[in-house]
Amino acid sequence: MPELTLDGLRVTARPGTTVLAALQNAGLSPLRRSLSGEPRGALCGMGTCSECRAVVDGVTVRTCLTPVRNGQDVRRLLEVNRDF
Amino acid sequence: MSALHAIVIGGGMVGAACADTLARGGARVTVLEPGPVGGGATAASMGHLVVMDDSPAQLALTARSLELWEALAPALPPQADYHTCGTLWVASDDEELAAVEPKRQAYLAAGRRATLLTAAELSRTEPQLRPGLAGALRVPGDSVVYAPVVARFLLERAGATLRREAAMALTDGGVRLAGGVVLRADVVVVANGIGAAELLPELPLRQRKGHLLITERGAPAVNHQLVELGYLKSAHGGDGDSVAFNVQPRPTGQLLIGSSRQFERPDRDIDWPLLRRMLRRAADFLPALARTSALRVWTGQRCATPDHLPLIGPHPHLDGVFLATGHEGLGITTALGTAEALGAQLFGEPSALLAHDFTPARFGRVPEAIHA
Ligand SMILES: Cc1cc2nc3c(=O)[nH]c(=O)nc-3n(C[C@H](O)[C@H](O)[C@H](O)COP(=O)(O)OP(=O)(O)OC[C@H]3O[C@@H](n4cnc5c(N)ncnc54)[C@H](O)[C@@H]3O)c2cc1C
Ligand code: FES
Repeated sequence: MPELTLDGLRVTARPGTTVLAALQNAGLSPLRRSLSGEPRGALCGMGTCSECRAVVDGVTVRTCLTPVRNGQDVRRLLEVNRDF
Repeated sequence: MSALHAIVIGGGMVGAACADTLARGGARVTVLEPGPVGGGATAASMGHLVVMDDSPAQLALTARSLELWEALAPALPPQADYHTCGTLWVASDDEELAAVEPKRQAYLAAGRRATLLTAAELSRTEPQLRPGLAGALRVPGDSVVYAPVVARFLLERAGATLRREAAMALTDGGVRLAGGVVLRADVVVVANGIGAAELLPELPLRQRKGHLLITERGAPAVNHQLVELGYLKSAHGGDGDSVAFNVQPRPTGQLLIGSSRQFERPDRDIDWPLLRRMLRRAADFLPALARTSALRVWTGQRCATPDHLPLIGPHPHLDGVFLATGHEGLGITTALGTAEALGAQLFGEPSALLAHDFTPARFGRVPEAIHA
Protein backbone atom coordinates (compact mmCIF):
# COMPACT_ATOMS: atom_id res chain seq x y z
CA MET A 1 0.00 0.00 0.00
CA PRO A 2 1.33 3.47 -0.91
CA GLU A 3 2.72 5.39 2.03
CA LEU A 4 2.64 9.20 1.90
CA THR A 5 3.07 12.29 4.09
CA LEU A 6 0.22 14.73 4.71
CA ASP A 7 1.44 17.94 6.35
CA GLY A 8 4.19 15.84 7.94
CA LEU A 9 1.81 13.05 9.05
CA ARG A 10 2.72 9.62 7.65
CA VAL A 11 -0.27 7.64 6.37
CA THR A 12 -0.95 4.67 4.15
CA ALA A 13 -3.69 4.75 1.55
CA ARG A 14 -5.33 2.19 -0.63
CA PRO A 15 -3.89 2.17 -4.19
CA GLY A 16 -6.18 3.81 -6.74
CA THR A 17 -7.64 6.33 -4.29
CA THR A 18 -7.00 10.06 -4.56
CA VAL A 19 -4.88 12.39 -2.49
CA LEU A 20 -8.14 14.13 -1.58
CA ALA A 21 -9.51 10.89 -0.12
CA ALA A 22 -6.30 10.39 1.85
CA LEU A 23 -6.55 13.92 3.27
CA GLN A 24 -10.20 13.48 4.19
CA ASN A 25 -9.58 10.09 5.79
CA ALA A 26 -6.89 11.71 7.91
CA GLY A 27 -9.39 14.40 8.95
CA LEU A 28 -7.28 17.16 7.41
CA SER A 29 -9.72 19.93 6.65
CA PRO A 30 -9.83 22.68 5.39
CA LEU A 31 -7.46 22.15 2.47
CA ARG A 32 -6.57 25.78 1.95
CA ARG A 33 -7.56 29.35 2.72
CA SER A 34 -8.89 31.97 0.35
CA LEU A 35 -7.13 35.31 0.02
CA SER A 36 -9.34 36.77 2.70
CA GLY A 37 -8.55 33.84 5.00
CA GLU A 38 -11.74 31.82 4.58
CA PRO A 39 -11.42 28.04 4.88
CA ARG A 40 -11.88 26.17 1.59
CA GLY A 41 -12.18 22.51 0.67
CA ALA A 42 -13.28 20.09 -2.00
CA LEU A 43 -16.60 20.96 -3.56
CA CYS A 44 -17.18 19.10 -6.81
CA GLY A 45 -14.92 16.09 -6.43
CA MET A 46 -14.44 15.92 -10.20
CA GLY A 47 -11.79 18.47 -11.18
CA THR A 48 -14.03 21.38 -12.02
CA CYS A 49 -14.13 23.75 -9.06
CA SER A 50 -10.39 23.89 -8.25
CA GLU A 51 -11.28 24.30 -4.58
CA CYS A 52 -9.39 21.16 -3.49
CA ARG A 53 -5.92 22.40 -4.40
CA ALA A 54 -2.89 21.37 -2.36
CA VAL A 55 0.82 21.09 -3.03
CA VAL A 56 1.98 17.59 -3.94
CA ASP A 57 5.75 17.16 -4.31
CA GLY A 58 6.16 20.91 -4.78
CA VAL A 59 3.47 21.35 -7.43
CA THR A 60 -0.02 22.71 -6.80
CA VAL A 61 -2.59 20.18 -8.01
CA ARG A 62 -6.28 19.42 -7.75
CA THR A 63 -6.13 16.66 -5.15
CA CYS A 64 -9.40 15.08 -6.33
CA LEU A 65 -7.70 14.25 -9.65
CA THR A 66 -4.37 13.15 -8.19
CA PRO A 67 -3.92 9.44 -7.40
CA VAL A 68 -1.92 8.51 -4.31
CA ARG A 69 1.61 7.28 -4.90
CA ASN A 70 4.25 5.91 -2.63
CA GLY A 71 6.47 8.58 -1.05
CA GLN A 72 4.29 11.60 -1.94
CA ASP A 73 4.74 14.75 0.12
CA VAL A 74 1.40 16.59 0.43
CA ARG A 75 1.02 20.06 1.94
CA ARG A 76 -2.12 22.08 2.47
CA LEU A 77 -2.19 25.78 1.51
CA LEU A 78 -3.28 27.30 4.78
CA GLU A 79 -1.16 30.42 4.82
CA VAL A 80 -2.40 33.56 3.14
CA ASN A 81 0.03 36.08 1.78
CA ARG A 82 -1.16 39.04 -0.18
CA ASP A 83 1.74 41.36 -0.77
CA PHE A 84 1.02 45.03 -1.59
CA MET B 1 -32.30 74.15 -21.43
CA SER B 2 -32.23 70.36 -21.40
CA ALA B 3 -28.89 68.62 -21.15
CA LEU B 4 -27.24 66.87 -24.07
CA HIS B 5 -28.42 63.26 -24.22
CA ALA B 6 -25.70 60.80 -25.16
CA ILE B 7 -26.00 57.08 -25.85
CA VAL B 8 -22.84 55.05 -25.35
CA ILE B 9 -22.93 51.64 -27.06
CA GLY B 10 -20.88 49.20 -24.98
CA GLY B 11 -20.09 48.99 -21.27
CA GLY B 12 -16.45 47.93 -21.52
CA MET B 13 -13.52 49.96 -20.27
CA VAL B 14 -13.71 52.38 -23.20
CA GLY B 15 -17.48 52.90 -23.04
CA ALA B 16 -17.33 53.42 -19.27
CA ALA B 17 -14.54 55.99 -19.55
CA CYS B 18 -16.43 57.85 -22.29
CA ALA B 19 -19.65 57.79 -20.23
CA ASP B 20 -17.78 59.27 -17.28
CA THR B 21 -16.28 62.09 -19.35
CA LEU B 22 -19.59 62.85 -21.05
CA ALA B 23 -21.37 63.04 -17.70
CA ARG B 24 -18.73 65.37 -16.29
CA GLY B 25 -19.26 67.54 -19.38
CA GLY B 26 -22.91 67.87 -18.35
CA ALA B 27 -24.47 65.22 -20.60
CA ARG B 28 -27.23 62.82 -19.61
CA VAL B 29 -25.81 59.41 -20.49
CA THR B 30 -27.45 56.09 -21.38
CA VAL B 31 -25.18 53.08 -21.76
CA LEU B 32 -26.31 50.07 -23.81
CA GLU B 33 -24.73 46.82 -22.64
CA PRO B 34 -26.44 43.44 -23.03
CA GLY B 35 -23.72 41.56 -21.14
CA PRO B 36 -21.92 42.23 -17.88
CA VAL B 37 -20.29 45.64 -17.46
CA GLY B 38 -16.57 45.23 -18.11
CA GLY B 39 -17.10 41.81 -19.71
CA GLY B 40 -15.90 41.73 -23.31
CA ALA B 41 -12.22 42.27 -24.04
CA THR B 42 -11.97 44.28 -20.81
CA ALA B 43 -12.44 41.16 -18.68
CA ALA B 44 -10.03 39.17 -20.87
CA SER B 45 -7.18 41.68 -20.53
CA MET B 46 -4.09 41.86 -18.38
CA GLY B 47 -4.80 45.39 -17.24
CA HIS B 48 -1.26 46.55 -17.83
CA LEU B 49 -1.17 50.36 -17.92
CA VAL B 50 1.79 50.83 -20.20
CA VAL B 51 3.43 53.65 -22.14
CA MET B 52 4.28 52.51 -25.68
CA ASP B 53 6.34 54.43 -28.21
CA ASP B 54 5.51 52.68 -31.44
CA SER B 55 4.45 55.97 -33.07
CA PRO B 56 4.37 59.59 -31.85
CA ALA B 57 0.57 59.45 -31.61
CA GLN B 58 0.67 56.22 -29.60
CA LEU B 59 3.30 57.66 -27.27
CA ALA B 60 1.22 60.80 -26.71
CA LEU B 61 -1.99 58.82 -26.09
CA THR B 62 -0.44 56.28 -23.72
CA ALA B 63 1.65 58.84 -21.81
CA ARG B 64 -1.35 61.16 -21.31
CA SER B 65 -3.49 58.18 -20.30
CA LEU B 66 -0.99 57.20 -17.61
CA GLU B 67 -1.24 60.75 -16.19
CA LEU B 68 -5.01 60.40 -16.13
CA TRP B 69 -4.74 56.99 -14.42
CA GLU B 70 -2.48 58.51 -11.76
CA ALA B 71 -5.09 61.22 -11.16
CA LEU B 72 -7.92 58.65 -10.99
CA ALA B 73 -6.11 56.15 -8.76
CA PRO B 74 -6.93 57.68 -5.34
CA ALA B 75 -10.66 57.48 -6.13
CA LEU B 76 -10.61 53.81 -7.19
CA PRO B 77 -12.07 51.12 -4.92
CA PRO B 78 -9.47 48.70 -3.45
CA GLN B 79 -10.93 45.86 -5.56
CA ALA B 80 -9.55 47.64 -8.62
CA ASP B 81 -6.12 46.35 -7.49
CA TYR B 82 -4.40 49.44 -8.90
CA HIS B 83 -0.70 48.99 -8.32
CA THR B 84 2.32 50.84 -9.68
CA CYS B 85 4.82 48.06 -10.28
CA GLY B 86 6.49 49.60 -13.33
CA THR B 87 7.51 47.82 -16.50
CA LEU B 88 10.83 46.22 -17.34
CA TRP B 89 11.50 45.97 -21.07
CA VAL B 90 13.95 43.08 -21.10
CA ALA B 91 16.77 42.92 -23.68
CA SER B 92 17.93 39.41 -24.58
CA ASP B 93 21.08 40.45 -26.41
CA ASP B 94 23.24 43.46 -27.21
CA GLU B 95 21.28 44.23 -30.35
CA GLU B 96 18.09 44.61 -28.34
CA LEU B 97 19.95 46.55 -25.67
CA ALA B 98 21.09 49.03 -28.31
CA ALA B 99 17.43 49.86 -28.95
CA VAL B 100 16.96 50.90 -25.33
CA GLU B 101 18.52 54.35 -25.41
CA PRO B 102 16.31 55.81 -28.18
CA LYS B 103 13.32 54.28 -26.41
CA ARG B 104 14.42 55.86 -23.11
CA GLN B 105 14.78 59.26 -24.78
CA ALA B 106 11.28 58.95 -26.26
CA TYR B 107 9.81 58.20 -22.81
CA LEU B 108 11.65 61.12 -21.21
CA ALA B 109 10.42 63.44 -23.96
CA ALA B 110 6.87 62.33 -23.20
CA GLY B 111 7.34 63.24 -19.54
CA ARG B 112 7.74 59.66 -18.26
CA ARG B 113 10.62 58.35 -16.18
CA ALA B 114 12.80 55.62 -17.66
CA THR B 115 16.17 54.22 -16.61
CA LEU B 116 18.61 51.74 -18.05
CA LEU B 117 19.42 48.59 -16.07
CA THR B 118 22.65 46.78 -16.81
CA ALA B 119 22.71 42.99 -16.90
CA ALA B 120 23.91 42.89 -13.27
CA GLU B 121 21.25 45.38 -12.10
CA LEU B 122 18.58 43.43 -13.95
CA SER B 123 19.43 40.14 -12.25
CA ARG B 124 19.52 41.90 -8.87
CA THR B 125 16.10 43.49 -9.52
CA GLU B 126 14.48 40.33 -10.90
CA PRO B 127 16.43 37.32 -9.65
CA GLN B 128 13.95 34.87 -11.19
CA LEU B 129 14.93 35.88 -14.73
CA ARG B 130 17.34 33.52 -16.43
CA PRO B 131 21.00 34.55 -16.34
CA GLY B 132 22.65 35.92 -19.46
CA LEU B 133 20.13 38.64 -20.37
CA ALA B 134 21.67 41.87 -21.67
CA GLY B 135 19.81 44.46 -19.57
CA ALA B 136 16.51 46.28 -19.47
CA LEU B 137 14.67 49.57 -19.68
CA ARG B 138 12.82 50.28 -16.45
CA VAL B 139 9.68 52.43 -16.71
CA PRO B 140 8.74 52.90 -13.06
CA GLY B 141 5.47 54.79 -13.58
CA ASP B 142 3.63 52.03 -15.46
CA SER B 143 0.92 50.26 -13.45
CA VAL B 144 -1.55 47.41 -13.41
CA VAL B 145 -5.25 47.41 -12.65
CA TYR B 146 -8.22 45.02 -12.59
CA ALA B 147 -10.20 46.71 -15.34
CA PRO B 148 -13.74 45.30 -14.93
CA VAL B 149 -13.98 46.90 -11.48
CA VAL B 150 -12.84 50.22 -12.89
CA ALA B 151 -15.42 50.04 -15.69
CA ARG B 152 -18.21 49.50 -13.17
CA PHE B 153 -16.86 52.28 -10.93
CA LEU B 154 -16.77 54.80 -13.80
CA LEU B 155 -20.32 53.97 -14.95
CA GLU B 156 -21.62 54.43 -11.42
CA ARG B 157 -19.71 57.68 -10.99
CA ALA B 158 -21.18 58.91 -14.28
CA GLY B 159 -24.68 58.28 -12.95
CA ALA B 160 -25.33 56.70 -16.35
CA THR B 161 -28.55 54.81 -17.05
CA LEU B 162 -27.62 51.25 -17.91
CA ARG B 163 -29.92 49.50 -20.40
CA ARG B 164 -29.19 45.82 -20.73
CA GLU B 165 -29.91 45.75 -24.45
CA ALA B 166 -27.86 45.59 -27.64
CA ALA B 167 -27.83 48.23 -30.34
CA MET B 168 -28.95 46.53 -33.53
CA ALA B 169 -28.40 49.48 -35.89
CA LEU B 170 -27.69 53.20 -35.97
CA THR B 171 -30.53 55.34 -37.22
CA ASP B 172 -30.71 59.01 -38.08
CA GLY B 173 -30.41 60.60 -34.64
CA GLY B 174 -30.46 57.47 -32.56
CA VAL B 175 -30.09 53.77 -32.08
CA ARG B 176 -32.43 50.89 -32.90
CA LEU B 177 -32.67 48.16 -30.28
CA ALA B 178 -33.70 44.56 -30.74
CA GLY B 179 -37.48 44.45 -31.11
CA GLY B 180 -37.49 47.68 -33.12
CA VAL B 181 -37.54 50.29 -30.34
CA VAL B 182 -35.63 53.42 -31.38
CA LEU B 183 -33.80 55.47 -28.73
CA ARG B 184 -33.12 59.05 -29.76
CA ALA B 185 -30.01 60.95 -28.69
CA ASP B 186 -28.02 64.05 -29.59
CA VAL B 187 -24.82 62.04 -29.67
CA VAL B 188 -24.19 58.31 -30.09
CA VAL B 189 -20.77 56.96 -29.10
CA VAL B 190 -19.90 53.60 -30.65
CA ALA B 191 -17.69 52.02 -28.00
CA ASN B 192 -18.52 48.34 -28.31
CA GLY B 193 -15.04 47.04 -29.06
CA ILE B 194 -15.00 44.37 -31.73
CA GLY B 195 -18.81 44.57 -31.83
CA ALA B 196 -18.33 47.78 -33.85
CA ALA B 197 -17.17 45.68 -36.80
CA GLU B 198 -20.63 44.13 -36.97
CA LEU B 199 -22.54 47.35 -36.34
CA LEU B 200 -20.51 49.36 -38.86
CA PRO B 201 -18.96 46.88 -41.30
CA GLU B 202 -17.46 49.67 -43.39
CA LEU B 203 -14.92 50.47 -40.64
CA PRO B 204 -11.35 49.14 -41.09
CA LEU B 205 -11.48 46.83 -38.04
CA ARG B 206 -10.10 43.31 -37.62
CA GLN B 207 -10.21 41.01 -34.64
CA ARG B 208 -7.01 39.83 -33.09
CA LYS B 209 -7.30 37.00 -30.63
CA GLY B 210 -5.15 36.70 -27.52
CA HIS B 211 -4.57 34.02 -24.88
CA LEU B 212 -3.92 34.62 -21.19
CA LEU B 213 -3.07 32.29 -18.36
CA ILE B 214 -3.17 32.87 -14.63
CA THR B 215 -1.07 30.78 -12.27
CA GLU B 216 -1.73 29.61 -8.77
CA ARG B 217 -0.71 31.75 -5.83
CA GLY B 218 2.86 31.12 -4.80
CA ALA B 219 4.24 31.63 -8.31
CA PRO B 220 7.88 32.74 -8.69
CA ALA B 221 8.22 36.24 -7.22
CA VAL B 222 8.40 38.96 -9.85
CA ASN B 223 8.49 42.67 -9.00
CA HIS B 224 7.65 44.37 -12.30
CA GLN B 225 5.52 43.70 -15.32
CA LEU B 226 8.11 41.98 -17.50
CA VAL B 227 7.98 42.35 -21.28
CA GLU B 228 10.57 41.32 -23.82
CA LEU B 229 11.83 44.11 -26.07
CA GLY B 230 10.99 41.86 -29.01
CA TYR B 231 7.30 42.39 -28.02
CA LEU B 232 6.81 45.23 -30.46
CA LYS B 233 7.98 43.06 -33.35
CA SER B 234 5.43 40.46 -32.36
CA ALA B 235 2.66 42.91 -31.51
CA HIS B 236 2.76 44.80 -34.76
CA GLY B 237 4.83 42.54 -36.98
CA GLY B 238 3.16 40.43 -39.63
CA ASP B 239 -0.19 38.75 -39.98
CA GLY B 240 1.02 35.38 -38.74
CA ASP B 241 0.40 33.94 -35.27
CA SER B 242 2.91 35.24 -32.75
CA VAL B 243 3.82 34.98 -29.08
CA ALA B 244 5.95 37.16 -26.81
CA PHE B 245 7.13 37.07 -23.21
CA ASN B 246 4.83 39.25 -21.10
CA VAL B 247 4.34 38.44 -17.42
CA GLN B 248 2.54 40.43 -14.73
CA PRO B 249 2.72 39.99 -10.96
CA ARG B 250 -0.75 40.09 -9.42
CA PRO B 251 -1.11 41.40 -5.88
CA THR B 252 -2.36 37.92 -4.90
CA GLY B 253 1.02 36.29 -5.53
CA GLN B 254 -0.22 34.90 -8.85
CA LEU B 255 1.26 35.64 -12.26
CA LEU B 256 -0.64 36.56 -15.41
CA ILE B 257 1.15 35.18 -18.45
CA GLY B 258 0.73 36.44 -22.02
CA SER B 259 0.83 37.06 -24.83
CA SER B 260 -0.36 35.69 -28.14
CA ARG B 261 -1.73 37.32 -31.28
CA GLN B 262 -3.81 35.77 -34.04
CA PHE B 263 -5.88 37.43 -36.74
CA GLU B 264 -9.23 36.09 -37.88
CA ARG B 265 -9.87 33.62 -35.08
CA PRO B 266 -13.31 34.73 -33.98
CA ASP B 267 -13.84 31.72 -31.67
CA ARG B 268 -13.07 31.53 -27.96
CA ASP B 269 -11.28 28.16 -28.12
CA ILE B 270 -7.86 27.59 -26.61
CA ASP B 271 -5.26 26.95 -29.32
CA TRP B 272 -3.15 24.45 -27.36
CA PRO B 273 -0.07 24.41 -29.64
CA LEU B 274 0.02 28.22 -29.57
CA LEU B 275 -0.49 28.25 -25.81
CA ARG B 276 2.40 25.82 -25.45
CA ARG B 277 4.59 28.14 -27.57
CA MET B 278 3.58 31.09 -25.41
CA LEU B 279 4.39 29.27 -22.19
CA ARG B 280 7.67 27.94 -23.50
CA ARG B 281 8.62 31.51 -24.37
CA ALA B 282 7.71 32.65 -20.86
CA ALA B 283 9.66 29.82 -19.22
CA ASP B 284 12.60 30.72 -21.43
CA PHE B 285 12.83 33.99 -19.50
CA LEU B 286 11.50 32.75 -16.13
CA PRO B 287 12.70 29.14 -15.78
CA ALA B 288 10.84 28.59 -12.48
CA LEU B 289 7.56 28.84 -14.41
CA ALA B 290 8.12 25.30 -15.62
CA ARG B 291 7.28 24.13 -12.06
CA THR B 292 4.28 26.44 -11.61
CA SER B 293 0.67 25.31 -11.96
CA ALA B 294 -1.90 27.15 -14.01
CA LEU B 295 -5.27 27.97 -12.53
CA ARG B 296 -7.12 29.14 -15.64
CA VAL B 297 -6.60 29.91 -19.31
CA TRP B 298 -8.86 32.09 -21.47
CA THR B 299 -8.94 34.06 -24.69
CA GLY B 300 -10.20 37.47 -25.77
CA GLN B 301 -10.57 39.51 -28.94
CA ARG B 302 -8.68 42.73 -29.53
CA CYS B 303 -10.15 45.13 -32.06
CA ALA B 304 -7.37 46.23 -34.43
CA THR B 305 -7.04 49.02 -37.00
CA PRO B 306 -4.51 49.09 -39.88
CA ASP B 307 -2.23 51.62 -38.10
CA HIS B 308 -2.67 50.23 -34.54
CA LEU B 309 -4.25 53.46 -33.31
CA PRO B 310 -7.84 53.67 -32.08
CA LEU B 311 -10.67 55.38 -33.94
CA ILE B 312 -11.70 58.37 -31.83
CA GLY B 313 -13.99 60.95 -33.39
CA PRO B 314 -16.91 61.59 -35.71
CA HIS B 315 -18.08 58.88 -38.08
CA PRO B 316 -17.20 60.10 -41.59
CA HIS B 317 -20.81 59.95 -42.83
CA LEU B 318 -23.22 59.64 -39.92
CA ASP B 319 -24.19 62.86 -38.16
CA GLY B 320 -23.98 62.77 -34.38
CA VAL B 321 -22.20 59.41 -34.35
CA PHE B 322 -18.78 59.28 -32.71
CA LEU B 323 -16.43 56.30 -32.62
CA ALA B 324 -14.32 55.12 -29.70
CA THR B 325 -13.06 51.71 -30.72
CA GLY B 326 -10.11 49.91 -32.33
CA HIS B 327 -7.88 49.97 -29.25
CA GLU B 328 -6.29 46.62 -29.98
CA GLY B 329 -4.01 45.58 -27.10
CA LEU B 330 -3.94 48.94 -25.32
CA GLY B 331 -7.55 49.76 -24.61
CA ILE B 332 -7.32 49.54 -20.83
CA THR B 333 -4.39 51.94 -20.81
CA THR B 334 -5.80 54.32 -23.40
CA ALA B 335 -9.47 54.35 -22.37
CA LEU B 336 -8.90 57.47 -20.26
CA GLY B 337 -6.99 59.32 -22.99
CA THR B 338 -9.67 58.27 -25.48
CA ALA B 339 -12.39 59.73 -23.28
CA GLU B 340 -10.43 62.97 -22.91
CA ALA B 341 -9.94 63.27 -26.68
CA LEU B 342 -13.62 62.53 -27.29
CA GLY B 343 -14.69 65.07 -24.68
CA ALA B 344 -12.39 67.67 -26.20
CA GLN B 345 -13.94 67.11 -29.64
CA LEU B 346 -17.50 67.23 -28.30
CA PHE B 347 -17.24 70.09 -25.85
CA GLY B 348 -14.49 72.12 -27.55
CA GLU B 349 -12.19 71.77 -24.55
CA PRO B 350 -8.43 71.89 -24.98
CA SER B 351 -6.42 68.66 -25.00
CA ALA B 352 -2.86 68.14 -26.18
CA LEU B 353 -4.11 64.89 -27.73
CA LEU B 354 -5.90 66.87 -30.44
CA ALA B 355 -2.47 67.53 -31.97
CA HIS B 356 -2.65 63.95 -33.27
CA ASP B 357 -5.19 62.58 -35.71
CA PHE B 358 -7.16 59.76 -34.14
CA THR B 359 -10.27 60.44 -36.22
CA PRO B 360 -11.60 57.74 -38.54
CA ALA B 361 -11.18 60.23 -41.41
CA ARG B 362 -7.43 59.56 -41.37
CA PHE B 363 -8.04 56.47 -43.48
CA GLY B 364 -9.41 58.63 -46.29
CA ARG B 365 -12.73 57.64 -47.76
CA VAL B 366 -14.51 55.03 -45.72
CA PRO B 367 -16.96 53.32 -48.07
CA GLU B 368 -20.48 54.47 -47.33
CA ALA B 369 -22.73 51.74 -46.02
CA ILE B 370 -26.49 51.79 -45.93
CA HIS B 371 -27.88 52.23 -42.45
CA ALA B 372 -31.47 51.56 -41.81
C1 LIG C 1 -5.64 38.79 -24.07
C2 LIG C 1 -5.73 40.29 -24.02
C3 LIG C 1 -4.87 41.01 -23.18
C4 LIG C 1 -4.94 42.40 -23.12
N1 LIG C 1 -4.12 43.06 -22.25
C5 LIG C 1 -4.18 44.42 -22.18
C6 LIG C 1 -3.34 45.13 -21.29
O1 LIG C 1 -2.57 44.55 -20.53
N2 LIG C 1 -3.41 46.49 -21.27
C7 LIG C 1 -4.26 47.17 -22.08
O2 LIG C 1 -4.24 48.40 -22.04
N3 LIG C 1 -5.10 46.52 -22.91
C8 LIG C 1 -5.07 45.17 -22.99
N4 LIG C 1 -5.88 44.50 -23.86
C9 LIG C 1 -6.77 45.27 -24.74
C10 LIG C 1 -8.02 45.70 -24.03
O3 LIG C 1 -8.59 44.59 -23.36
C11 LIG C 1 -9.04 46.25 -25.03
O4 LIG C 1 -8.42 47.17 -25.89
C12 LIG C 1 -10.16 46.96 -24.28
O5 LIG C 1 -10.72 46.09 -23.32
C13 LIG C 1 -11.20 47.44 -25.22
O6 LIG C 1 -12.29 47.93 -24.44
P1 LIG C 1 -13.67 48.23 -25.11
O7 LIG C 1 -14.51 48.84 -24.07
O8 LIG C 1 -13.44 48.95 -26.39
O9 LIG C 1 -14.20 46.79 -25.56
P2 LIG C 1 -14.87 45.64 -24.69
O10 LIG C 1 -14.25 45.50 -23.37
O11 LIG C 1 -14.91 44.42 -25.57
O12 LIG C 1 -16.33 46.16 -24.44
C14 LIG C 1 -17.28 46.23 -25.48
C15 LIG C 1 -18.63 45.97 -24.89
O13 LIG C 1 -19.61 46.25 -25.88
C16 LIG C 1 -20.65 45.31 -25.75
N5 LIG C 1 -21.34 45.25 -27.07
C17 LIG C 1 -20.92 44.63 -28.19
N6 LIG C 1 -21.81 44.82 -29.18
C18 LIG C 1 -22.81 45.59 -28.67
C19 LIG C 1 -24.00 46.14 -29.20
N7 LIG C 1 -24.37 45.95 -30.48
N8 LIG C 1 -24.79 46.88 -28.39
C20 LIG C 1 -24.43 47.12 -27.11
N9 LIG C 1 -23.30 46.63 -26.54
C21 LIG C 1 -22.50 45.87 -27.32
C22 LIG C 1 -19.98 44.02 -25.36
O14 LIG C 1 -20.88 43.19 -24.66
C23 LIG C 1 -18.85 44.52 -24.47
O15 LIG C 1 -19.18 44.49 -23.11
C24 LIG C 1 -5.87 43.10 -23.94
C25 LIG C 1 -6.74 42.39 -24.75
C26 LIG C 1 -6.69 41.00 -24.80
C27 LIG C 1 -7.65 40.26 -25.68
S1 FES D 1 -13.01 19.09 -5.67
FE1 FES D 1 -13.52 20.35 -7.34
S2 FES D 1 -11.70 20.33 -8.49
FE2 FES D 1 -11.28 18.95 -6.91
